[in-house]
Amino acid sequence: MLEVRGLRKVYGGHGRTVEAVRDLTFELKAGELACLVGPSGCGKTTLLKCIAGLLAPTSGEVSVHGQRVAGPPADMAVVFQEYGRSLYPWMTVGANVELPLKEKRLVRARRRQLVTDSLAAVGLHDVENAYPWQLSGGMQQRVAIARALAYEPQVLLMDEPFAAVDAQTRADLEDLVRSVWQRFGITLLFVTHDIDEAVYLGERVIVLSASPTVVQHQVTVDLPTERDQLATRSLARFAELRAEIYQQIHQAKAASTADRLAAEALA
Amino acid sequence: MTWLLRRATSLAFIVGLPLVVFVALWFGTAGSTNFYLPSMQVIMDSLASDWLGSRLGDDVLPSLARLAMGYLLAAVLGVGLGVLVGLSRPVRQVLEPVLEFFRAIPPPVLVPVLILFAGIGTTMKVFVIASGAVWPILLNSVEGVRAVDPVQLDTARCYRFSRRALLRRVVLPAASPQIFAGLRQALSIAIILMVISEMFAATNGLGFAIVQLQRSFAIPEMWAGIVVLGLLGFVLSILFRFVEDRVLAWHRGLRRAERS
Repeated sequence: MLEVRGLRKVYGGHGRTVEAVRDLTFELKAGELACLVGPSGCGKTTLLKCIAGLLAPTSGEVSVHGQRVAGPPADMAVVFQEYGRSLYPWMTVGANVELPLKEKRLVRARRRQLVTDSLAAVGLHDVENAYPWQLSGGMQQRVAIARALAYEPQVLLMDEPFAAVDAQTRADLEDLVRSVWQRFGITLLFVTHDIDEAVYLGERVIVLSASPTVVQHQVTVDLPTERDQLATRSLARFAELRAEIYQQIHQAKAASTADRLAAEALA
Repeated sequence: MTWLLRRATSLAFIVGLPLVVFVALWFGTAGSTNFYLPSMQVIMDSLASDWLGSRLGDDVLPSLARLAMGYLLAAVLGVGLGVLVGLSRPVRQVLEPVLEFFRAIPPPVLVPVLILFAGIGTTMKVFVIASGAVWPILLNSVEGVRAVDPVQLDTARCYRFSRRALLRRVVLPAASPQIFAGLRQALSIAIILMVISEMFAATNGLGFAIVQLQRSFAIPEMWAGIVVLGLLGFVLSILFRFVEDRVLAWHRGLRRAERS
């Protein structure tokens, strides 16, 4: 469904090149929910932008449905971390959700229905005529998710969407992501730096190394499908998985530090 | 209720001081015997009889028409060019020094030049007004477009907005606070240039009439003309504020939300 093969991204310019992503290969099956974790600064956002078709990789390729991604694909939506900057403050919530549907040339009745349904699906009622800045951060991110859902994508990318909301809201939104994923049957790639969140949400966790990034490790999350903030997080298996991933990330960081030290010693 | 109260207070502030100044002038100049400084009452009399009479159609309306045309031309050119320049870094790099040069030329100096090309009619005045008023609009539009949030643009790309929608729904609204700042500066420049262009060479208009009145020693009428100009600027700026408040209501709300 979503394939990333040999992806490499080097930022160049001014005689200095930075290899953000070295060699990434992984695959998401249709309807899968996978989480991507990695140490901070490991090129997660670069990777996500390449998958979304916002950034051209230096080499390697991304394909959706076997079709190579050259620009933003038609059946993909992205939820950005910066909800406050991704929603348009000059439009009401309803207009924000509806605009991509207009661009998709859907008829009015269908648009209205999708807007109402998707806002209801994220637990928002009676906010259609409010402006995004009149809502709390958590509610704004719900609007951004509703906008993505209304677009009826087959693939949904989420780039650390809950990094800027408080803990309680975050737990609610995590459950929301699980429930809409189950209900809409979309393929979901969720990028986070939070190991707990990755284990709690994902069916699979892809662990990235430190920059220059490769896939360090993959873990299948064999937790029950129905997840619960309290019960799931207190399972012994949850703790094991978390420890395993934590160790991997720790190793990744240590390896990159050792590399850097070695390089500095040589230089 | 508090909203109503705030509105009433702000209205009181807008009208209050001018009223005080007017009353002070009225009594301060009452019984003035200075030929060049007639009493407020005499000035108001000639305002009512002369300026609100035949001069309204002969001088005020032609001036307003020139102002409107020049300002509109400046707005269309300024925003249009500004968006083009703002969206493209190469275009910006090539044009910026040239724009800075042209901007540095004081527009009144264009009056004699434009008379050569466009005569002394309305066309010349419209061009003079536009050539001065266009700069703040253009430069602010460029800055506004340049400062559009990259996340807003990425979002638009992800949802595959057409170029038209990207411009109309994202870039222009995002830049609109800055564009309006330019439009506001341009309004006062346009009024100044309207008067100056009419003082140079014209057969009617506010600037022309005031110079004529001064030369024929019709002093109260001259003062009344200046009052008309002041009122015109005042009314236009209130109109501008009214439009801006509506178009940028979202922006004020956003600012308030960010502050709290």
